[in-house]
Amino acid sequence: MTTNAKAETGKGDKPFRKRPRPGELAIRGFLFLCGALSIATTVGIVYELGKESLLFFGDERVSLVEFLTSTVWQPQVGGFGIWPLVLGTLYITFIAMLVAVPIGLSAAIYLSEYASSRVRSFFKPILEILVGIPTVVYGFFALTFMTPLLRSIVGANIVGFFNVLSAGIVVGILIVPLISSLAEDALRAVPDPLRQAAYALGASKFEVSTRVVVPAALSGIAAGVVVAMSRAVGETMVVTLAAGASARNFALGEDPLLGHILNPFQGAQAMTGYVAITANGDLSYNTIDYNSIFAIGLSLFFMTLGLNALSRRFVKRFQQVYE
Amino acid sequence: MSVQAPKRRNQVVFPSESEYRGQLNRRRRKASAFQFFCLAMLSVAVLALATLLYTIVNDSFGLVAIVNENDPRDIVAGLGYDPEATSLQDVSYDELVALLETTVSSGVGRRLEREQRFYEDRLVFEDDGIWAEICASDAPPTGCTSAPRDDSNVFALVQERVVVPDVIASNQLIPSLLDQDAFVQEVVAAFEADRFPDYTIDQVTMEWRAWFNPTFLFTPQNSTPEVAGIRTAILGSAWLVLITILFAVPVGVGAAIYLVEYAKPSRLNDFLQTNINNLAGVPSIIYGMLGLAIFVRVFEPFTSGAIFTDGVPPSDNGRTIVAAGLTLGLLTLPVVIISSQEALKAVPDSLRHAGLALGATRWQTVRSQVLPVALSGILTGTILAVARAIGETAPLILVGAATFITTDPTGPFSKFTALPIQIFQWTSFPQQEFHNIAAAASVALLLLLLTLNAVAVILRNRYSRRAE
Repeated sequence: MTTNAKAETGKGDKPFRKRPRPGELAIRGFLFLCGALSIATTVGIVYELGKESLLFFGDERVSLVEFLTSTVWQPQVGGFGIWPLVLGTLYITFIAMLVAVPIGLSAAIYLSEYASSRVRSFFKPILEILVGIPTVVYGFFALTFMTPLLRSIVGANIVGFFNVLSAGIVVGILIVPLISSLAEDALRAVPDPLRQAAYALGASKFEVSTRVVVPAALSGIAAGVVVAMSRAVGETMVVTLAAGASARNFALGEDPLLGHILNPFQGAQAMTGYVAITANGDLSYNTIDYNSIFAIGLSLFFMTLGLNALSRRFVKRFQQVYE
Repeated sequence: MSVQAPKRRNQVVFPSESEYRGQLNRRRRKASAFQFFCLAMLSVAVLALATLLYTIVNDSFGLVAIVNENDPRDIVAGLGYDPEATSLQDVSYDELVALLETTVSSGVGRRLEREQRFYEDRLVFEDDGIWAEICASDAPPTGCTSAPRDDSNVFALVQERVVVPDVIASNQLIPSLLDQDAFVQEVVAAFEADRFPDYTIDQVTMEWRAWFNPTFLFTPQNSTPEVAGIRTAILGSAWLVLITILFAVPVGVGAAIYLVEYAKPSRLNDFLQTNINNLAGVPSIIYGMLGLAIFVRVFEPFTSGAIFTDGVPPSDNGRTIVAAGLTLGLLTLPVVIISSQEALKAVPDSLRHAGLALGATRWQTVRSQVLPVALSGILTGTILAVARAIGETAPLILVGAATFITTDPTGPFSKFTALPIQIFQWTSFPQQEFHNIAAAASVALLLLLLTLNAVAVILRNRYSRRAE
């Protein structure tokens, strides 16, 4: 039909030639632009954070060496060493992982290996609700429940009103569902013949789970744990509300390690916490405070980027084993 | 020797009956202990959720010790009503305004009127001449342009300016239910210790208070927790969601269509995909910084609304709804793209082949064959992504959501506050009353998110049923 019609209108002697369709091309171009916007976002993040960070390091009060080596963060008096903030972030992340890895992993093993479908359909939605709760509500929870609880257990004179432990535990609760759902996916992806072979050799369910399934899914689980770690590093509201607004400056070798540097019962500002507190309210442009949040942000960006890249490497390894 | 050695090995390989039973029991015990441990850990997660909800509800309701500067019953009686039958809320608008007129000083009254006027056709506190003058000036107050106050607004003003309730102590729900006397004694002890020198104990009334109540939802923000509400915050959040959806959904679905339907495997497209996955892992606070640097600062003429008006811009800087909405849109974009991609990938290829075989172009196939099938999947993912955006706080802090805004947002270029920002702000105050309203605002936020999630679940169920 089409060829006949074409022949009649005499439009060219190649009836099956690809006709240009401007409408189609325009739509395709628009859709590509939508996708390309994500590249623009990345470029924007790197460019803006980088530009403001350069301004920050260009300031005469700041030096890159001091930024990377000093253990004092006191912007008011020109102390710009990132380590107190990194200490806060890593310490809270560490406590969060201590809470979330055992809970999340056991929950994943239970849901994937033990639970009947009825038990699963009870627990899964609960974990999904935990994911959906805004982090600021977790922050409220940390400040009005977890901190008073710790103060009444350990003693109000030991535990400060702002402390790392409370923030860490609540961030841990926040990332449990992330670990459990990613680990469960990894466990369920382990092929059944592996389990059946182990059962055939007389292994119990416990032995199958811990010595066959978990090792087989290990890189998938590791990927989940690393993703959760990156989430904990970037978590802002709990940390801002519960861990306090003053950086824990320290002098390595002089301050007691457990009494001060790693004291979980006192506050320590995290990187995200510093950014949020500093930006709260009208922050004027081109001040050293304004530039400093971008320098901290850039460090944070690279930390999470590194963790996410690590996690993807784990995932790739996991996929190679089973595909 | 050579005979004995295999004998000993035999013993190891084949244990005696009792040893065998012992080993089996040990293995069983270990297995059940492990199973119990896993279940216990899972229960800890459930317990955490329960405790969190308990904390919020516990702080949203409870007994309070309250001192009213003017008893509302006296006020109602003063207006000529029976205080037993009529409450202050039943009094008409005109009478409430008259009440304000007699109680509030003229200076405060003028300020209130300049903020927002009481009647469309007449002025209560201001002089007509002065009013025309200030409205014609370079910086007219909001009262010149905005609509007059409504019932709930004036009632809140009466509460704030005439009744002036002061919650001097507040108790949580469960302690209030279990041991009411303890709280009363606590208040009495506080009076004996002279902690409230301004009041006598006779002025105190004990009452049950639901901090989360309809008035709370519809009252504008205020600096005193007793009369504060979240109306401005809810409206701010609604505007943000609207802009987020308008920006992220078309762009996100478009990008997903490109990646699934058009993109051939190439370096550029691989990079695009990796980049989107990376963006999904970037902390929200970094999007906030991007929003601050780009939308608030670079695009200030646009986000403050200056390029749309000749004279005075709606906002004096770029810290407006549209800047924050676009920031949240960028933040939501990767999630929308990834979930839409999954929905599109789930559409069977036979549909596309059929469409193309009939001579439809690729876009025609996508529009009329693929998209309708993938629609509910895309919607589900989008709703979940938007629900996440509503709860985001950190990016809003960065782009400069103002924490104290008492007037409703008038458009995309006005200053704003949002629900999570209010919760953050109120939580960071030390007084218990602020924690009460922070909890009540959390209840409101969680109810909103729960509704959205329920819609998503319903859509998902419909979708999976159709796919079967």
